[in-house]
Amino acid sequence: MPVLPTSGAVMTALLSATGITLRHGQNTVLENVSLAITAGEIVTIVGPNGSGKSSLLRVLIGALTPQAGTVTRKAGLQIGYVPQKLHIDPTMPMTVRRFLDLPKQVETSVAMQALQTAGVPETTNRQMSQLSGGQFQRVLLARALLGKPDVLMLDEATQGLDQPGSARFYRQIEDVRRDLGCAILMVSHELHVVMSASDRVICLNGHVCCEGTPDVVSAAPAYRELFGSGTGGALALYRHEHDHHHHHHDHEDAP
Amino acid sequence: MLDDFLIRAGLAALGVAMAAGVLGCFVVWRRMAHFGDATAHAAVLGVAMALMFGWSIFAGVGLVALTMAVLIYGLTGRGQAVDTILGVLSHGALATGLVAVTLIPGQRVDLDAYLFGDVLTVTRMDVAIIWGGAALVMGVLWSHWTALLTATLNPDLASASGINPRREHLILTLLLAAVVAVAIKVVGALLITALLIIPAAAARGFARTPEQMAGLAAVLGAISAVAGLRVAVMLDTPVGPTIVCVAAALFAIGTVVTKLRSVGV
Repeated sequence: MPVLPTSGAVMTALLSATGITLRHGQNTVLENVSLAITAGEIVTIVGPNGSGKSSLLRVLIGALTPQAGTVTRKAGLQIGYVPQKLHIDPTMPMTVRRFLDLPKQVETSVAMQALQTAGVPETTNRQMSQLSGGQFQRVLLARALLGKPDVLMLDEATQGLDQPGSARFYRQIEDVRRDLGCAILMVSHELHVVMSASDRVICLNGHVCCEGTPDVVSAAPAYRELFGSGTGGALALYRHEHDHHHHHHDHEDAP
Repeated sequence: MLDDFLIRAGLAALGVAMAAGVLGCFVVWRRMAHFGDATAHAAVLGVAMALMFGWSIFAGVGLVALTMAVLIYGLTGRGQAVDTILGVLSHGALATGLVAVTLIPGQRVDLDAYLFGDVLTVTRMDVAIIWGGAALVMGVLWSHWTALLTATLNPDLASASGINPRREHLILTLLLAAVVAVAIKVVGALLITALLIIPAAAARGFARTPEQMAGLAAVLGAISAVAGLRVAVMLDTPVGPTIVCVAAALFAIGTVVTKLRSVGV
């Protein structure tokens, strides 16, 4: 199960952001945000709605230009991006197989392998518009994996999935990290499912409130102020299921 | 062979219709119909300028369409609701063009030719320019196909893959201006958008991939052009509107066939 990075400082970052400040008009969305991702780690950004989580990801992929701060990428860094939601206009016909060829054409065997890894091998000839929410997200994941990413970025990737569905999705993400060795940066508000899968959690609310291992963050006053203390129990529940790591909260806080 | 005005007309219509069919898919996918209208309507102003300064019609229309397209492109980047602005620009440019044409001293201009096209009068030179323009549009679409498609699908997905979605949008904008410039003599300013949208829309129901849709739209555009010309000659009707009528009929047939297939007839 997750190997905790010994120390972020000794490893060189794949991707780092320093002093990012982003404004939309009068609104300051991000203020002096810095973060770094090293090879193979799972980092989760949590924060309430409107805390700038998605904007931060979009700055990191280069879709938004911040007013201040820099984003540094390792030379030749491949980013696999799974957007929060992807609306395919109904006027555009698109099979799953064709979708996987964007932006680079891949061999069918490679495409099938990616669909297999993402858990949806049966969808290859279907129209994207006919997929269920879960299948759609997995196809997005498969496409992101095809570029052999060094960093996989997921923006609220389990939106629209029920709780068991999103738990399965995140377990798949852990498998992906294990098999491909890529770093993973996710954004989510589903703290209970996400946090325990992470090596490091960054709690964001326009600025970085606190940062550290899931245990450290869930105990941090700044985190508790944002999310209350109730989520600590749900986190423990998940750990109980997947890490077999018993914790004194396990049973008393279970819903 | 090119001495025959009907052959020249057929070739001109064919070139425009095929390029418009493929580019039209992007117009449909990106919901740029209003954008196309505004750019096309501005063409009348281009005609007025060309006549006033003695330029070629293609140059005048191309220049004004380009200016209009880049102007709208700039506005759409700011995340405003552009619908109203497009309406203002579109009809403002059309009206200004109509007024400007009548102010040209010493000329009685046949406005219908520019509003609805007059493909029967195209010269060899016109045919060459139209095919050159159409080939340019097709060539750029071909070489940028994947980037354009990715950016159309989702701008963020494009950014993450190192494609600049704004750049691809600009390319489409410029291509639209080019199509307007070459289409003005064939279908006229008012019906250019029809030639962009109708073949693409007719192709949608039969296509499983974007490429199939684009290919089929080009074929349907070509059929509309050739059949429209024939029908127009037979019935002595204006060619441009007749081409659009044939395209619309193909769309209607296609829609019915798709509906019947979906209910399993």
